[in-house]
Amino acid sequence: MPLIEVRDLSRVYDLDSGRVTALGGVSLDIEAGELVAVMGPSGSGKSTFMNLVGCLDRPTGGHYRLDGAAVETLSGDGLAELRNRKLGFVFQQFNLLPRVDACANVELPMVYAGLDGKTRRERALNALARVGLAERAHHRPMQLSGGQQQRVAIARALVNQPRLLLADEPTGALDSRTALEILALFQDLNREGVTVVLVTHDAEVARHARRVVRFRDGHVIADIRQEPADARAALAVHDSAAPMPEAAE
Amino acid sequence: MSLIEAIRSALSAIGANALRSALTMLGIIIGVAAVIAMVAIGSGARERVDSQIKSLGANLAIIQAGNVTQGGVRLGAGASSTLTDEDARAVAAEVEDVVASASVITTRAQAVYAGTNWSTTITATDLDFFAAREWGLAEGRLFEPEELRRGEIVAIIGQTVAKNLFGDSDPLGQMFRIRNVPFKVIGVMAGKGQSALGQDQDDVIFVPLDTGRRRIVGRNYARDRSVQTIMVKFASEAAINPGIEQTRALLRQRHRLMEDQEDDFIVRNLTEIANTATAAASTLSWLLAAVAGVSLLVGGIGIMNIMLVSVTERTREIGLRLAVGARQRDVLSQFLIEATTLATIGGAVGIALGIGAATAIARFAGWPFVISPQTILIAVGVSGLIGVFFGFYPARQAARLDPIEALRRE
Ligand SMILES: Nc1ncnc2c1ncn2[C@@H]1O[C@H](COP(=O)(O)OP(=O)(O)OP(=O)(O)O)[C@@H](O)[C@H]1O
Ligand SMILES: [Mg+2]
Repeated sequence: MPLIEVRDLSRVYDLDSGRVTALGGVSLDIEAGELVAVMGPSGSGKSTFMNLVGCLDRPTGGHYRLDGAAVETLSGDGLAELRNRKLGFVFQQFNLLPRVDACANVELPMVYAGLDGKTRRERALNALARVGLAERAHHRPMQLSGGQQQRVAIARALVNQPRLLLADEPTGALDSRTALEILALFQDLNREGVTVVLVTHDAEVARHARRVVRFRDGHVIADIRQEPADARAALAVHDSAAPMPEAAE
Repeated sequence: MSLIEAIRSALSAIGANALRSALTMLGIIIGVAAVIAMVAIGSGARERVDSQIKSLGANLAIIQAGNVTQGGVRLGAGASSTLTDEDARAVAAEVEDVVASASVITTRAQAVYAGTNWSTTITATDLDFFAAREWGLAEGRLFEPEELRRGEIVAIIGQTVAKNLFGDSDPLGQMFRIRNVPFKVIGVMAGKGQSALGQDQDDVIFVPLDTGRRRIVGRNYARDRSVQTIMVKFASEAAINPGIEQTRALLRQRHRLMEDQEDDFIVRNLTEIANTATAAASTLSWLLAAVAGVSLLVGGIGIMNIMLVSVTERTREIGLRLAVGARQRDVLSQFLIEATTLATIGGAVGIALGIGAATAIARFAGWPFVISPQTILIAVGVSGLIGVFFGFYPARQAARLDPIEALRRE
């Protein structure tokens, strides 16, 4: 049974100015343990697809099963629980709460899972250590670099041990080296068993996925498998080519 | 999330915009302060009336001689001596629910004891007086019926007189003089304190009615049976007004007044007079109530406004919370708790301000004030409810946000 089972999924917006078909009947399976890159031109429906898969939006047609559960039949609270337990989101703009520190940001999903403060704190610090930010646990987002902020966001996405990590242009706001770091993190997590779906415009980023799905005008136009590039190796090459990375960028 | 955590995070959200939050609370602060001051002053005034009535004696009416019109000129109360102690006895015998009916003649005179002078009020009266005023002895005894009948020269003195005339020595059995008549002290009254008008009620000497008439006031009274006032005590507050009507009818009949003639006496309900003394305090209370109502409404709307602003500002935060698994009711309760916390802090500051204001007004106007724990609890409760009521609409707006649109919002 695939983790994601999408059949003829569509999303149509009824606007005053007419109907907009953001997604026009997409069928796709993603197995547990895959690392998939979603590509396509702007407006091709990538984000729409991600939002439906992420249970943030409801389709106007078709069917979607997540881990065997028919998502269309779920109530609002049911979707919230699914997002909380099975899904982790990483956004282009990080979306961290500015007023609280990294640790409290990572705790947020566990607050809604109903965990007590002590357990939350423990797990949040573990998750931060896993993304290499143990010492920055008590820094506020403002006091962190973009890459660090994105790693806090990834720690937050991971902390409830989700089946699926959804990342919509996670490297869009980062420089190329930091993007490689984030990709290396995704590859590590994927090796540990987390299914990752990431949207990107950047072919260089997509090279690190084993599977690439291309969208155009709300349809899947290509679905290819490839041998992924290793982000850690690329990082090593990057650093040897530019001995002083800070100065080089 | 536990309630305490929720309140803590609400506090940090409020603190993030401290000035704005403080300004928003102003309406609630003023409203609650006005409520507290109102209740404190209102109940203080009530308490003062109660204690006045208690010190005066409950359910009293007073009949004064006078109010006679002569040739179109109205003479004031006490202008003529139309009341007699026989009237007092008739009232006691014939009017319903009369507990006591005391004849009273009052004058001022100098009391002299071993070279010490003390100018004081002399009240010539009978035993009903002490029953009417519910006033007991500190030591000694009241007049014997025989002493009253024969007009003996005995006296019962108030605490102030005892202190000023006899100092530390025991006044019982001592002789002192009023207008050269030697009186023997047979009793000392218990202390009564100040009257409603601030008079020292303990600065008094009581003598038997006839003794006062003949020996102190002088011939005028000695010839006839007249008294200045009759103090009537009724069995209950409800009995006062019907009793007063009966008394008027009885006295008109006894004084042989024609249909077209006015009363030659005035009857006053003392309990009523004490009650009207609170009118000023209660007017102020109503004024404060109006201020409180308007401020609380304005304060509530202010909270609603600032919460709507806050929801708009934090739309992305709300989107994020929904994305990581917050249910609608989680977002709703987050913003409701924030509004309620805001209002309750305002309420707490308002309580402090209200107590301060009540203290100031009380000191300035000479009113006592009473602040009960219930008042404070109610004030806190009311401000919390305002938070819930006016916070509900913004909180529902927040909870109903679409997660995608919220996340996309700048
Ligand atoms: N809320 C909406 N109302 C109306 N139309 C929408 C809405 N959201 C998306 N669309 C439309 O749906 C289509 C797909 O949008 P989507 O955001 O999925 O594109 P995308 O592939 O993510 O583009 P980009 O690479 O620029 O992020 C676009 O034509 C867009 O205008
Ligand atoms: Mg997009």
